[in-house]
Amino acid sequence: MEKLALSDEILMQVEKPARYIGNEVNSVVKDASQVDIRFAMCFPDVYEIGMSYLGIQILYDMFNRMEHVWCERVYSPWPDLDAIMRKEHIPLFALESQDPIRDFDFLGITLQYEMCYTNVLQVIDLSQIPLLAAERRDGDPIVIGGGPCSYNPEPIADFFDLFYIGEGETVYRELFDAYRRNWEQGGCRRDFLELAADIPGIYVPQFYDVTYHADGTISSFKPNNPHGKNRIQKQVVMDFEHTPYPMKPVVPFLKATQDRVTLEIQRGCIRGCRFCQAGAIYRPTREKDVALMKRYALEMIRNTGHEEITLSSLSSSDYQALPELTEFLIEEMGKRKVNIALPSLRIDSFSLDVMKRVQDIKKSSLTFAAEAGTQRLRNVINKGLTEEMIRDGAMKAFQGGWTKVKFYFMVGLPTETEEDLMGIPMLCEQLAEDYYTIPKEERTGKVSITASSSFFVPKPFTPFQWASMNTEEEFLRKARFVKDGFQQQKNRKSLTYRYHDADLTIMEGIFARGDRRLAPVILQAYRNGCIYDAWHDWFQQDVWKQAFEDHEVDIGFYTFRERSTEETLPWDFIDIGVSRQFLIREWERAKRGEVTPNCKQSCSGCGAAGFGGGVCFENKN
Amino acid sequence: MKIRIKYAKTGVLRYLGHLDVMRYFQKAIRRAELDVAYSQGYSPHQQITFAAPLGLGITSEGEYFDAEMNSVTTSSDMRQRLNAVMVPGMEIREIVALREGAKTAMAAVAASDYLVTVRSGYLQEVGGTEGFLAGIEEFYLQDSIEVKKVSKTREVMLDIRPYIYDLHEQQGHIYMLLSTGSVDNIKPELVMEGMCKFLGVEYQKMAVQVHRLETYMRNEEEELVSLLEAGEMIL
Repeated sequence: MEKLALSDEILMQVEKPARYIGNEVNSVVKDASQVDIRFAMCFPDVYEIGMSYLGIQILYDMFNRMEHVWCERVYSPWPDLDAIMRKEHIPLFALESQDPIRDFDFLGITLQYEMCYTNVLQVIDLSQIPLLAAERRDGDPIVIGGGPCSYNPEPIADFFDLFYIGEGETVYRELFDAYRRNWEQGGCRRDFLELAADIPGIYVPQFYDVTYHADGTISSFKPNNPHGKNRIQKQVVMDFEHTPYPMKPVVPFLKATQDRVTLEIQRGCIRGCRFCQAGAIYRPTREKDVALMKRYALEMIRNTGHEEITLSSLSSSDYQALPELTEFLIEEMGKRKVNIALPSLRIDSFSLDVMKRVQDIKKSSLTFAAEAGTQRLRNVINKGLTEEMIRDGAMKAFQGGWTKVKFYFMVGLPTETEEDLMGIPMLCEQLAEDYYTIPKEERTGKVSITASSSFFVPKPFTPFQWASMNTEEEFLRKARFVKDGFQQQKNRKSLTYRYHDADLTIMEGIFARGDRRLAPVILQAYRNGCIYDAWHDWFQQDVWKQAFEDHEVDIGFYTFRERSTEETLPWDFIDIGVSRQFLIREWERAKRGEVTPNCKQSCSGCGAAGFGGGVCFENKN
Repeated sequence: MKIRIKYAKTGVLRYLGHLDVMRYFQKAIRRAELDVAYSQGYSPHQQITFAAPLGLGITSEGEYFDAEMNSVTTSSDMRQRLNAVMVPGMEIREIVALREGAKTAMAAVAASDYLVTVRSGYLQEVGGTEGFLAGIEEFYLQDSIEVKKVSKTREVMLDIRPYIYDLHEQQGHIYMLLSTGSVDNIKPELVMEGMCKFLGVEYQKMAVQVHRLETYMRNEEEELVSLLEAGEMIL
């Protein structure tokens, strides 16, 4: 395509104009007059971030395999272009055709983190589509949301016509068929929304009314339209082996954050960490056949020319054929001079051996997602990693020549005490001391141990969805306490501690468990100039604070408040296949510090077996 | 064995910066499955080097890079294989095998020529394109052309006249042949700036569209010849 939506004058004054020109290798161009449905797929962040995301590549490929559909991409314009587009009233456009989004049938927006919500508004607004779904008319695109944050879509429900709850592979074809049928029959926008509402997994927020008790909690959540289902079933692709996978992913010109071939070997996780939303919503765990993965690896490298390949899953160490797959990749990628980027693996003899063969150990570091500093707290969160396993793994690595260790921790976990917090520096100190037990002549210099902590945010559909979240002051006090703890250690010069920003975490906490009353707040923050909140340099805390104050929203109601298990939660209308009873049971066990076995050890009856496949049925034929 | 690849970069790809062009070709060589040589170590790199970086917004039909190869087929086979994996706007024009002892493309570059077009609506003070073109001859006949050359660290006044090897009107465009390379690198924009100063109008970056025609090296007789002259077709 020679056509560009932006003039030379504009492209020459913005940073990285290649973000806006399309034309990348494997991007799909169709004849607009020969398709019935034009779909704009959006990741509401800058191009380099959005292009790194596997989910869009999967759906882009799947949609474009459909003859009557043309799926294109759109990302958030960077603030420099954003300002120009507003000033000159230039409508936001799709990369492939450079046509305005407002002329499309669908605008699909993936919701990967809460802090993208003002960017969602930016994309809709720059597209010149009314921000509120209720104000859209027949000619406006249908705005549809999906991705992890759609498991509690309520804070942004007012801005979307539809949400697709679950994995995108299942009912899009039905949705498109309904759209065509409605169009052929001369139906209006509302007629289509009603047809869509009848499709499993599709949630139409306008078809529901919410009422509240005097204390602010939800009193009722009811359909106001006969097509509004009482429960929305999460969509899961159970024939995971044969689900379409993009053999020709789009290759960006610009260096994307993840600039490589990604093999999705597994979806879901058997571990059941109690803080982890992904571990719950992607149940049951499903694997792809190793022979298929080998074929994909070769084909995708040939089709993209990428110089790196990596594996995608929530816990690659649990993939049964991992040794066979890594052996194959080391051999075949070695021939092709393609790097292998290993996802975080459990540290054991196998992974150390693999790492040694694919990385320079002088430069690489070991990573432990310990999450908590003491065994007691690791039991509370059901993180099946013991101090012994950490020390063993680290010692093997030290003996193998590694000197750099990275730890990830969370601060602010339920039931956390000062002892748990002090456990963070003490665990790091213990590893440093272990290192110096190695005779001097066998060591390769000094050890370096880096611990970083994020602040804990309770998420919907986890056993901690009822838990109290710390305040910003508590978070910072705890982080300083941990930092002081590091100063007291004997080997403090070998230890480094970093912690994330607490202000963004609080925002994330509000939206993660928020309800429909937050929409006006988000709208005001956006109107007053907030975009790119996930980027700390652009985050305007004062504007947000003002927006909460103006709408008399009590932040503590959404964050600090511990919920009763009796309360109606904003996301209760979604059925993820994991039962509320299971989550309550897990919440109780957490408080007692009891560990629950992983899905391969024994079934804990979460409910996901109802999907009829995956790990729940392995070895049971 | 070293080969030299000539390519054209046109259309919307003018917005691709030099680093991204390099990354693009590394991936393209893999897609074409050419047997390029790699450096040693944990993250091996293709042994390719580019001739003269092209500024953002400029199109060209005379771009070059060299590649060290483990094995080659024929010029036309390799060209076809690469062209089969190009995006619109990138096109492989020629491939030659470099002769023993040939300088690298980067070291060999001595000059480039350009066609510069005044965009409509710009330079109205001197009568747009026509008025601008009318002043070319007089401008070129000067003994010296002083312009301000701004680098990252300093500003210097520079006489660019010795580095302009040719300058004339060509069918409504401005043709210029300029010194290029690591020593005396003169960009067409700098000449345009000098020209605007000469005509007494303010220079605007957006006033012109620049297109590079060819990149040259000097042969044994010190004549400017195409970078392709350092090698031969592989038949």
